[in-house]
Amino acid sequence: MKGLSPQILGKKKKKMQGRDMSCCCAAAHAELTRGVLCPQPFFECEFSEILLCKNELHETLNNLSHWMKDEHVDKSLVTRLDLAFIRKDPYGVVLIIGPWNCPIHLLLVPLIGAIAAGNCVIIKPSEITKNSERLMAEGLPSYLDKDCSAVVAAGVEETTRLLENKFDYIFFTGSSAVGRIVMTAAAKQLTPVTLELGGKNPCYVSDSCDVQNVARRVAWGRFFNAGQICIAPNYVLCSAEMQEKLLPALHKAITEFYGPNPQESPDFGRIVGDRQFQRLQTLLRSGRVAIGGQTDEKDRYIAPTVLADVLPSDPAMQEEIFGPILPIVVVANMDEAIDFINSRERPLVVYAFSSDDKVVNQVLERTSSGGFCGNDTLMHVTLTSLPFGGIGNSGLGMHHGKFTFDTFTHHRGCLHRGMGREALHALRYPPYSQQKLGIVRVASEVKRKDACTLL
Amino acid sequence: MERMQEVVGRARAAFNSGRCRSLEFRMQQLKALERMVWEKEEEILAAIKADLHKSGHNAYSHEILGVLGELALAMDKLPSWAAPQPVKKNLLTMRDEAYVCLEPLGVVLIIGAWNYPFVLTMQPLIGAIAAGNAVVVKPSEISENTAQLVADLLPQYLDRELYPVVTGGVPETTELLTQRFDHILYTGNSTVGKIVMAAAAKHLTPVTLELGGKSPCYIDKDCDLAVACRRITWGKFMNCGQTCIAPDYIICDPSIQSKVVENIKATLQEFYGEDVKSSPDYERIVNKRHFKRILGLLEGQKVAHGGEADEASCFIAPTILTDVSPESKVMEEEIFGPVLPILTMKSVDEAIEFINRREKPLALYVFSNNKKLIKRVISETSSGGVTGNDVIMHFFLSTLPFGGVGNSGMGAYHGKHSFETFSHRRACLIKDLKMEGTNKLRYPPSSQKKVDWAKFFLLKRFNKGRVGLVILALLGIVAAVVIKNHQSVLKRKALLVVLAVQRLGWLSVW
Repeated sequence: MKGLSPQILGKKKKKMQGRDMSCCCAAAHAELTRGVLCPQPFFECEFSEILLCKNELHETLNNLSHWMKDEHVDKSLVTRLDLAFIRKDPYGVVLIIGPWNCPIHLLLVPLIGAIAAGNCVIIKPSEITKNSERLMAEGLPSYLDKDCSAVVAAGVEETTRLLENKFDYIFFTGSSAVGRIVMTAAAKQLTPVTLELGGKNPCYVSDSCDVQNVARRVAWGRFFNAGQICIAPNYVLCSAEMQEKLLPALHKAITEFYGPNPQESPDFGRIVGDRQFQRLQTLLRSGRVAIGGQTDEKDRYIAPTVLADVLPSDPAMQEEIFGPILPIVVVANMDEAIDFINSRERPLVVYAFSSDDKVVNQVLERTSSGGFCGNDTLMHVTLTSLPFGGIGNSGLGMHHGKFTFDTFTHHRGCLHRGMGREALHALRYPPYSQQKLGIVRVASEVKRKDACTLL
Repeated sequence: MERMQEVVGRARAAFNSGRCRSLEFRMQQLKALERMVWEKEEEILAAIKADLHKSGHNAYSHEILGVLGELALAMDKLPSWAAPQPVKKNLLTMRDEAYVCLEPLGVVLIIGAWNYPFVLTMQPLIGAIAAGNAVVVKPSEISENTAQLVADLLPQYLDRELYPVVTGGVPETTELLTQRFDHILYTGNSTVGKIVMAAAAKHLTPVTLELGGKSPCYIDKDCDLAVACRRITWGKFMNCGQTCIAPDYIICDPSIQSKVVENIKATLQEFYGEDVKSSPDYERIVNKRHFKRILGLLEGQKVAHGGEADEASCFIAPTILTDVSPESKVMEEEIFGPVLPILTMKSVDEAIEFINRREKPLALYVFSNNKKLIKRVISETSSGGVTGNDVIMHFFLSTLPFGGVGNSGMGAYHGKHSFETFSHRRACLIKDLKMEGTNKLRYPPSSQKKVDWAKFFLLKRFNKGRVGLVILALLGIVAAVVIKNHQSVLKRKALLVVLAVQRLGWLSVW
């Protein structure tokens, strides 16, 4: 069972993207609210759900024929006259489970790669974002081949049953807790997985920096989609002096972005559901509320909030926030910040802000994370040439651009030899002798650059 | 319980100290490993002989050569493998640094297998050390002499805390698997592979599973049977059939079955002489359990050649079975022994269909003079790897990734693929704190204008091919004319031209 020509499927995808762009936006718009007319900010929707998806699509369509080609590899002396290449085979039937926070983008980007790699795909959108789920269920089948792809609308129970089936690959985006469940189910069938999970992304701000620029970039990253993205800066680490400078700067940035009353701004999002809203409310009991803190349950609105003097033991530091709350934890210096980061689970991304390159590089070299962005937030995911993925608790595997294609491809090592030159092969056949061994040694040796070839 | 926790804990503390990250340290450890193999060659060969009755020559070419080759390659290439890889940027990031950093994962667990007990433990170890990790090594207890030797030798040459060896059987391995690792590479069978992956899932640990399966070997009517059968005989009976990528069974047309049998018999004579048992080049089954299991597969089969066995020495003669039925016991599990079933099928279509109905194998072999047929078989089947017109050989080319698919495994290693398996590809984008002007485009409050600018800067254009090149050339001419005639407004116009070309998306390398 082979999928349709990836190119045909890809072009259909693009058409759907173009035509249904406004439809997608509308779905995402309507999503993060309970039917009240407070849309997900149009720009954010356009930027993350549509533009970045289009980029992936273009990148894939531009390069697919090249990616699909057999990759010829360097050969040894023994195989010099053979054909040696890596064949890019599809896995077969892959399952993509999407999350609710960027319900279109985080489903379509892996889908693009899965189709490009020649697989058949089962798509399971998040049941929490009902409008997007419906859009996927109705939209995709009208553009994609009905035999090669299917959308499954499923809640927790049905998804558990879905996972009992045998898939050839599973791509999951969501929380670490569910990631474990998915991987455990995959283990029963020896199904390889990519897990795009989350974590608490630290954001170190050094004492030497342009505070207002830092504040804008951090505020933008934190409050994008009302904080509901896996790569948002989760908490700030800085000195007490920097905290004092940052607070008014952050306040200024928030006002610049959303006006004096963010609840009235069309550019500020809402929390996706009641359960998430309540969870976030409890996190507000951390440190002291320096900016924001207002909530409106009916509207599922939480103001852009900055908590100062937060302690590592506070509620906001125990879990990934996934909301418009930015705790600031005071540390003495960069070393303490690095130790703090390293004492916790490895996050999806580490951010570091400093006008001193050395500081940024130190944080990069002495920490470990899925990705790293210096002097800005979120932007590393806009480059399709950079792999996107976690490490440790924040995930395994990666995607974006060619990495998505590679994720859904089995790289099959192929050696195509001739039937001739059998005399040369006699060296490897029994009965063995010291002489044969000597020749075999020489023929197989990988020469070291600095080894003397005379001796 | 405490022992495993201690060992892994010490390895983790040693990794966190940062000493295994520098290239110098990694090279030093790899050089020490190379010295170990040179200096202790006799001991290694003796241990393998004790475990598998393998002659020194066989052990050297099957195991030691592979390890030395991998070491030399890793030491040669390490600086280039470990270097940060710059990536293509877009207009928005053109002034920034964007690259992929290859970083160690942390503490890696390598569980070795018993059939090639030295190379299947060392080869992954080399990749893991090269990638800068701490490594816990767990050799197979079934090849107990080699396991003990590895446990004795590694601490003498390598850093003891970073690269501990843990010996033991199932209880110890189960214990070890409860600890948290940052990657596990397991070589063995699918049943245990599932257990390893389930244990890894608890810690979200990525795994590479080198498993097995029944590797089919299709012989076309149109091929040099003598050559094909010699190569197949070599691959099948090396290590007494106990090779994960041995051709497990043959599929051929009924009309050539007897010729295939004759050719293999003739080759066996060439290789091992009249009395196989007394050939120093023929190995033994690793233990009584496997001996009994393999003999059990012969029940009810038509033995065209061989079948002799001696339990005391775990000897099973090279055995050929003909007219084997797909439903028989010998076709249910991976044979892993010197028993070669031949199934007859009238066409390559039937063979392909047969192969595709079964679990995806680790290797697939096809012999034919017809290149198109070989290409077709490769394209219409799936397997870990393939060798056409030979067997086993794709394993020895380190530029090819070695690994399974489906039931035969996941992930791959060898050469650079080992390095990548044991590394984390960390995306790095370093921007300037200045240049805030461009960022204003993305900040709220939003507007249609901002959306349009975002599209301008971010959206890749669909490649318009030749037309685009022509337009590019025209723009270049325009730019040249402008620069020549209007020196005073050079800067502004040049910037416009550059931006326009970027807009069209063809200059992507900055």
